[in-house]
Amino acid sequence: MACLLEAPLRISVLSEVTATSRHYVDRLFDPDPQKVLQGVIDMKNAVIGNNKQKANLIVLGAVPRLLYLLQQGSSSEELRTECAVVLGSLAMGTENNIKSLVDCHLIPALLQALVFPDLIFIEACLRCLRTVLISPVTPVQLLYTDPTVVPHLMSLMNQSLRTQEYTTQIIFHCCKTPEHQTVLFNHGAIQNIAPLLISTSYKVRIQALKCFSVLAYENTQVSLTLVNVIVNGELLSSIFVRMMQRDKPIEMQLTAAKCLTYMCRAGAIRTDDCCIVLKTLPCLVRMCSKEHLLEQRVEGAETLAFLLEPDVELQRIASITDQLVAMLADYFKYPSSLDHDLKHAHELRQAAFKLYASLGSNDEDIRKKITETENMMDRIVSGLSESSIKVRLAAVRCLHSLSRSVQQLRTSFHDHAVWKPLMKLLQNAPDEVLVMASSTLCNLLLEFSPSKEPILESGVIDLLCSLTHSESPALRVNGIWALMNMAFQGDQKVKMEILQSLGTEQLFCLLSDTDPNVLMKTLGLLRNLLSTRPHIDQIMSTHGKQIMQAVTLILEGDHSMEIKEQTICILANIADGSTAKDLIMTNDDMLQKMKYYMGHSNVKLQLAATYCISNLIWNEEDGSQARQDKLREMGFVDVLHKLTQALDPNLCDRAKTAMQQYLA
Amino acid sequence: MSGPSSGCGLFMSVVVHGDSALNEQEKELNQRLRRLYPAVNEQETPLPRSWSPKDKFSYIGLSQNNLRVHYKGHGKTPKDAASVRATHPIPAACGVYYFEVKIISKGRDGYMGIGLSAQGVNMNRLPGWDKHSYGYHGDDGHSFCSSGTGQPYGPTFTTGDVIGCCVNLINNTCFYTKNGHSLGIAFTDLPPNLYPTVGLQTPGEVVDANFGQHPFVFDIEDYMSEWRTKIQAQIDHFPVGEREGEWQAMLQKMVASYLVHHSYCATAEAFAKSTDQAVQEELASIKNRQNIQKLVLSGRMGEAIETTQQLYPSLLESNPDLLFMLKVRQFIEMVNGTDSEVRCLGGRSPKSQDSYPDSPCPFSSPTHKSSCTQVSLTGFESNCCNGVSSSKAPASAHSGKTCPSSLAGGDLGSMNGTHSQQQPSTSEVDMEVDHFTNGTTESSSNGFLNGSSTHGVEPEDCDTDMEVEPAQFKRQLCGGSQVAIEKMIHFGRELQSLSEHLRRERGKNATNRKMLRDAFSLLAYSDPWSSPVGYQLDSIQREPVCSTLNSAILETYNLPKQPPLAQAVGQAAQCLSLMARTGIGSCAFASVDDYLH
Repeated sequence: MACLLEAPLRISVLSEVTATSRHYVDRLFDPDPQKVLQGVIDMKNAVIGNNKQKANLIVLGAVPRLLYLLQQGSSSEELRTECAVVLGSLAMGTENNIKSLVDCHLIPALLQALVFPDLIFIEACLRCLRTVLISPVTPVQLLYTDPTVVPHLMSLMNQSLRTQEYTTQIIFHCCKTPEHQTVLFNHGAIQNIAPLLISTSYKVRIQALKCFSVLAYENTQVSLTLVNVIVNGELLSSIFVRMMQRDKPIEMQLTAAKCLTYMCRAGAIRTDDCCIVLKTLPCLVRMCSKEHLLEQRVEGAETLAFLLEPDVELQRIASITDQLVAMLADYFKYPSSLDHDLKHAHELRQAAFKLYASLGSNDEDIRKKITETENMMDRIVSGLSESSIKVRLAAVRCLHSLSRSVQQLRTSFHDHAVWKPLMKLLQNAPDEVLVMASSTLCNLLLEFSPSKEPILESGVIDLLCSLTHSESPALRVNGIWALMNMAFQGDQKVKMEILQSLGTEQLFCLLSDTDPNVLMKTLGLLRNLLSTRPHIDQIMSTHGKQIMQAVTLILEGDHSMEIKEQTICILANIADGSTAKDLIMTNDDMLQKMKYYMGHSNVKLQLAATYCISNLIWNEEDGSQARQDKLREMGFVDVLHKLTQALDPNLCDRAKTAMQQYLA
Repeated sequence: MSGPSSGCGLFMSVVVHGDSALNEQEKELNQRLRRLYPAVNEQETPLPRSWSPKDKFSYIGLSQNNLRVHYKGHGKTPKDAASVRATHPIPAACGVYYFEVKIISKGRDGYMGIGLSAQGVNMNRLPGWDKHSYGYHGDDGHSFCSSGTGQPYGPTFTTGDVIGCCVNLINNTCFYTKNGHSLGIAFTDLPPNLYPTVGLQTPGEVVDANFGQHPFVFDIEDYMSEWRTKIQAQIDHFPVGEREGEWQAMLQKMVASYLVHHSYCATAEAFAKSTDQAVQEELASIKNRQNIQKLVLSGRMGEAIETTQQLYPSLLESNPDLLFMLKVRQFIEMVNGTDSEVRCLGGRSPKSQDSYPDSPCPFSSPTHKSSCTQVSLTGFESNCCNGVSSSKAPASAHSGKTCPSSLAGGDLGSMNGTHSQQQPSTSEVDMEVDHFTNGTTESSSNGFLNGSSTHGVEPEDCDTDMEVEPAQFKRQLCGGSQVAIEKMIHFGRELQSLSEHLRRERGKNATNRKMLRDAFSLLAYSDPWSSPVGYQLDSIQREPVCSTLNSAILETYNLPKQPPLAQAVGQAAQCLSLMARTGIGSCAFASVDDYLH
């Protein structure tokens, strides 16, 4: 009796309750079982379609009594069934009704009661359970707290068409996380549900199909299993293809396309498989057509975006299918005058942005086609400042995808000053949006981008430097990446500003970052900062000691070849300075390291180290003779001589050029 | 071909092989077209099967059964553009029409256009440039809608690509496909009667058409299934008026009238009772009709005529053509050995003819195909027309067997004898003979010639056979009884004189004459059942007779001679063919048959 209300509240509510409702409840307590049964039947007839009556009965405590009667072994089969029917009817009421039912521990009570063999009773219980479990107010977790529940459901599934429908409906609504997928998978969900795909009942077929769509989503284990399942001599994938035929209901086509999409993304079906290229893709494109419901258009576009994301060939096919790029423009024409409509309008817009982002992520021609769609850039720009965060995120994803195009950066991006809303978006946004926005900014800061100048003037350096302090590695990478791009062929002022704003402490902190991407980009930044002789000398005169220390540390640390190569390149840049050279020449340990790398098995490292030495012994510079002599003493001439015989032509050339410095 | 060189032999075998491959392709084409466009009546509106060698510009060359198109002009300027149309326009009854073109070579510049054009559009142009012309061009991927300037539409196409063109005759739109991928709507508001068209403009351009010769790259059947579902949903959801009770009552009336019409007394009675309706006709009358129908359908024509005369004394008197038809049928049933006049005489009556199901079944019988107002009658007529080719058979009987010597025999030969005996007496018979001869020359080209020449020899063998081993024949003339045969011959003479009488009274009647001629032709064959006119003996041929008699009886009671249900079915069918003729494509997906099962 856990759900009995506190006394004062109960009294206040009771005062509103009619006497008839109480009469129904009272009859449940009659000592004569026959009268109890009649009472339950009367109650059933009274509550059908009457939400007020339902609420009254719940408040009066009918639920615990009904549950008690339902669980009681002494109750007749008929009584138990009628109790389950009434409970199912109560659950059909308002969300508050469902909350009350859940509070009364209806779910475990019903599950426990499901041991009685009577089919009609089982169906009534499952119907009630279904109604409660698929309600948004019921925590999904309730299905999983007791580990016996899922196997129990599976065992009840195949008793009748109704039990099949209700159990699959429950599974569909209660599979929300990878953990849920695993639990259901481990209890044989696939084997149990697969035969239902060819059931005679449409309701069963569609529910079974929906189950597979949620089970396979981003789940490799499930997807790899599904691809080998055979039902009635037919592969599951060909059953799904049949369900996508154009005379099938839209809901079925869309859900089958989802299943195949998820299986494809999980690697269970190749992206060039016929069933993807000629069936799933066109089916999803069709779903984006104006003639379908808003929800279907949204789901269609989102699923298609997901399918296309990793494969440029699919992107190309989709871009020519049924005028998709133009069709998506209609997603922006939904009126948003009412609050309700606004939600739909947002859903449509974000779905369209997502799909545009996917379509344009690799192919230059497709990007061009997208930006040439009517008002596209304006729509992205206004999408960046949309009230809905979902739309903002999708818009910035789309912008990011398009920003990979050199041509678009030079033209439409500049014409529409997309950097302005982008900068605004970067001021305070959740990490998810920040990652995308900063990544886009990286591209906008590329050397050839005309937006670079105005962005610099808007004081972006501080913002980017603050990103490098972020907890999220992705944001740190993007921050440092943007700075790196900014420093590339930048003028002295910008370089000093970056150094100043970032601070040497933070710079060296980043050089010991655990994320190799961050380290790589930081080295890149350093390399870009240390270019052109005066800059090198100036920076090295102030920060030489720390830089040399950091470089040594990285060369001695356990890092990838790429990182070491980048580090040696920095040394080569330092060796190109006038005064900065001495920092290496006076460091015998570093020279030994160069000698070691010149004999390394990796050509790229050999090349970088040779470059560094070559810069040190370059003629026509002050003190070149002394440096040549010292290096000859250290045995570099022999090393260089050996390298002139190298198989790699670049390395060979580089070594010969260096040798010539001695001969001159 | 006894001694040709081996080279020649090889050549022959290659040709034979090519022919059979061609036939195979032809067969596949016909099968595919029938499957894709079942509603198209190719007698009225043939489907495009190849490019037209007559309807093309001179710079176009055709090869490979007029399926391959190549450019043979200079290709210097757009003025050198050239197009070719298919042999026929796209019939509206396709509902959805589709063809594909494979680019074999893009030639110099790949200025190829694929599309549609109306008859008479200038062929010295690419499709799309002129009024009533529509095209998708390979060099720029633009669509041209009756205009010299294109709209951006799809990707470019080139050597190796397969371009499809789909015309939706329901909403009059067109979309293209490239390598099996739909490119989306290119044109709307298309006019009717467009021809598949391709145009080329530079040397080396070669394209192949697929009008159904091969499987299509694009899944057109899937697209068609969507439209079939749409049209059927439209029909299913058609509003039937606000007062549903009225609708139901009308349906019940239709069912009841159908049951009464075909004299299902008990069913009609039960149905009327349960749906609370009054039956228009008296039960006794229905039963009478039922009896007569049963007699006709079991082949007992003599009794049927007698009963009719008893129950409806004035009916046959005032309707001599009907009586004539019944008597001709009686003659046929005599030959069959099933008529009451002969069946008692025969040793045994052939089972196959005798056991006829009691229930007339107009929806599965040939009458079904007929048009609206005269469902069964036209069906009957068309059956007669089917027999046109058989007109040659009686002629052969005359030419081959005018043999006075057989006069004495009481067998089949005597019939001919009697016939020829009568010849001098009336001029009309001479005329008939003339006509038969004409018939021979007219129809000598159709495949019965072989059959008749063998039959011309056979009868004599046959006569002896019959006498020696009569038991060996499963089906024997008049049930195998000599007396019956005499009766039949006597009856035949009566019929002949009735025919002459009718002609004198009422003038010539082509239907009657033909009916009689076909019936008499049966006697020209040793085994009439397997003869070209043997179809008359099939019990299914009783149905139109039965139905005509039934209608005539009903008419005398001022009841409709057609049940409203059959009329509605006929009207629906007629409506569909009218839709096809007026270019309403949705008729493709609304077959009446789909709703009769």
